[in-house]
Amino acid sequence: MSADHLDQLEAQSVFILREAWRKLKPLAMLWSLGKDSNVMLWLARKAFLGHVPFPVMHVDTEMKFPEMYDFRTEYTKKWNLDLLLGYCPPVEEMDPTLPPAARSAARKTAGLAAMIEKHKLQGVIAGIRRDEQGTRAKERVFSPRGSGHKWDIRNQPPEFWDQYATPHEDGMHIRVHPLLAWREIDIWRYIEREGIPVVDLYFAKNGKRYRSLGDKNITFPIDSNASTIAEIITELETTKTSERAGRAMDNETEDAFERLRVAGYL
Amino acid sequence: MNEVLTTAGLASLDAADRDSALDAATPIVIVGHVDHGKSTLIGRLLHDTDNLQEGKVAQIIESSRKRGLQIEWSFLLDSLQIERDQGVTVDSTRIPFRLGSRQFVIVDAPGHRQFLRNMITGAADADAAVLVVDAREGAQEQTRRHAMLLRLIGIRHVIVLLNKVDLLEFDQEKVRAVEKSVTELLTQLDIRPSLFVPASARDGDNIASRSERSPWHTGPTLVEALAAVPSAESRAGLPLRMPVQDVYRFDDKRFVAGRIERGQVSVGDTVIIGAQGSRARVASVERWSAPARDTASAGESIALTLEPDVIPDRGDLLFFPGEEPLRSARVRARLFWLRQEPLRVGETFRLRLATAEHQVTVASIDSVVQLDDLSEAKADEVPPEGFAEITLAVAEAILFDPFTPGTTDGRGVLVDRNQKIVGGAPLIGPAEIGGDAAIYPSGSTLNAADRRKTRGHDGRVVWLTGLSGSGKSTLARKAEQILFERGTDAVVLDGDTLRTGLCSNLGFSEADRHENVRRAAEVAKILAEAGHVVLVTLISPLAKDRALARQIIGERFDEVFVAASVEVCESRDVKGLYAAAREGKIQDFTGVSAPYEAPESPALKLETGSAGIPELSARLADFAAARSRG
Repeated sequence: MSADHLDQLEAQSVFILREAWRKLKPLAMLWSLGKDSNVMLWLARKAFLGHVPFPVMHVDTEMKFPEMYDFRTEYTKKWNLDLLLGYCPPVEEMDPTLPPAARSAARKTAGLAAMIEKHKLQGVIAGIRRDEQGTRAKERVFSPRGSGHKWDIRNQPPEFWDQYATPHEDGMHIRVHPLLAWREIDIWRYIEREGIPVVDLYFAKNGKRYRSLGDKNITFPIDSNASTIAEIITELETTKTSERAGRAMDNETEDAFERLRVAGYL
Repeated sequence: MNEVLTTAGLASLDAADRDSALDAATPIVIVGHVDHGKSTLIGRLLHDTDNLQEGKVAQIIESSRKRGLQIEWSFLLDSLQIERDQGVTVDSTRIPFRLGSRQFVIVDAPGHRQFLRNMITGAADADAAVLVVDAREGAQEQTRRHAMLLRLIGIRHVIVLLNKVDLLEFDQEKVRAVEKSVTELLTQLDIRPSLFVPASARDGDNIASRSERSPWHTGPTLVEALAAVPSAESRAGLPLRMPVQDVYRFDDKRFVAGRIERGQVSVGDTVIIGAQGSRARVASVERWSAPARDTASAGESIALTLEPDVIPDRGDLLFFPGEEPLRSARVRARLFWLRQEPLRVGETFRLRLATAEHQVTVASIDSVVQLDDLSEAKADEVPPEGFAEITLAVAEAILFDPFTPGTTDGRGVLVDRNQKIVGGAPLIGPAEIGGDAAIYPSGSTLNAADRRKTRGHDGRVVWLTGLSGSGKSTLARKAEQILFERGTDAVVLDGDTLRTGLCSNLGFSEADRHENVRRAAEVAKILAEAGHVVLVTLISPLAKDRALARQIIGERFDEVFVAASVEVCESRDVKGLYAAAREGKIQDFTGVSAPYEAPESPALKLETGSAGIPELSARLADFAAARSRG
């Protein structure tokens, strides 16, 4: 039997998750309730034979869609997850020089930083992908963050032949990115193949659907009639619009997203 | 904000296209000397093959305009604002790219600072490379460097793109001459270029479409050359290698987890486990939420249960009887060196090999590549970003397969005490023992972090230089006491004291002083690695000798200048040496009959002519404490 593209991506992600669990303790996985993080949770269960041996964290901005909170309640129970909840400071406390949507998104960075401190995490697994956004295309699979959680773009460690960076100083943590090599269409094909549940908001109702889910105040639906996974895949095979076009914070100014990421955003 | 998506274009995707869209992407790395046109090429390629996202061109025009530039194609790849503003790529990037029904990933690596580190990160898994050479300039320093790296990471398919041939007016003879010289260079590296493409990336000649300006060119365009790159071969037919990644216990069952690097394994097979060679039978092949199959093949991340229920260690290799890998405690390796300081014989590292980690010492540097002509020569050290062949001594015999392109065999990686990756070391084979190479240096298994935890500080060398009588020993002894009282493990290596023992066979000639510095530096290094704060007091009058000390000790080294004029020192003359030197009773006396080269930029300067001992020794102690806890 020859391995197809999804098999290869799956095997590599499983390898990465097993490296993270072996090398980084304490370790936790971010669960944003979106399609990518559901795939990531599924891959963790592949890696650990049906178990999720570390806690999952939801950094709650309290600005999510009600459907997302329902989903969280349902699958925390169904998948027997050890759920850690974190909350975000109000937007008034964020860097006032950021444009409005980015300032709103920065709340999540602050909430995440507080959780990392609180649980003294050495590893945080996050579901970002290279094809989402230019600065994410420059990421490592194991991305070290120094004290203050800053991403030092100019000084990223070499990463090759499946050998990853490990923390070597107190106060450091590693962001682990098992989905870095996946594309949006791979995510949907895998959801289809594996039967992974996702929030209903991704499917079109009345000519609109969400392609990417963030806070409800800064996320907008696209025009679409794709109401099933198969139709979404078909749609993605032909579109040339970027996935995060509906995420306001990416598009405000040229450097807004880069500034967010350098400061510790996902 | 809203975009209308349609499914109208779908009819053009036939069933075969949809299937092949599921194939794995082929990674292609683009390399070449700076300004030979890599970024322009990538921009042109994406544009001409209709691979740009909607609005991307407009965005690039806008970003270029803002900075007062014509269309700057490199902005496609330089997605960070700092990259655009400074016109340099700071990190490698990967761009998905589609040609007909085939998926590629283009890997672009910066050509400037720390290039090797970033290129390796992107290129190590590439199936093929495009080497961009400016047809007017031919192969340059970075062309050679990149070609060398392609060889070391085992990339077998190299397409040479001769760029800017429009500037040679598509003159066939001139193009052929460059082609010949590049072929000679690559042949020297055992790389047989699969294809040559004469092109102009700026104008699009022979990129996606055949140029009318080079009718003599009968070979492929770049796009045709890419389409001809063979897909990665299956490794399922090779002998089994499964490095154990971890062992789990869930639901009262023990799972041996790992990825099969090559071959395949089935229920009922007998496997040998690691260097100790115990045997077990595969009782089951475990997957979660997947069709049950009793076999797993190369590339799969699975788990096995074994019978009897032995507990392998991470790093143990599983293989079949009669198919054992090589076994040796001395291994020859190629090396691409990523640290910013040179590599020297005797340094200790961890060798990571798949999931295994072994303690190794560099037993010899057998040859270093000279990048100007790619010749190999014996040398004492490997320079930063250098290439070499070395011999590694391992604490015990290890199992390994020699590096083979197209497999994951022999992919050695060196990490330092802080677990930082410092080099790639594709393994060649067992090393013969012979002559003076038969030493087996061993390194500590404790790392700096462990030591720091116990002591509360790092090891450090504070090197005090200054004239005889300037007050080095007095300050160091006083600082040693202050540090000790504060719980810092301090020790003084005093020049005169060393000369009564370790260095008693040395005089004061330049060669002997040099050797004196070398020995002091080596001892200081050992003490600092063991976690001590070492205060070295040595006149060390020559800048080049102090540079040697810095090189031996590395990043733990700080230079402190104990400054006092000859007149002041001579007026003190506690040891009566100046008087003796003036009378000619002592030869080569620094400051009187031998030169003293004051440090140009010491980390700390203590002027003993203008402040008292208590104040200066406190400053010295504070400095040493801060550096060891920084």
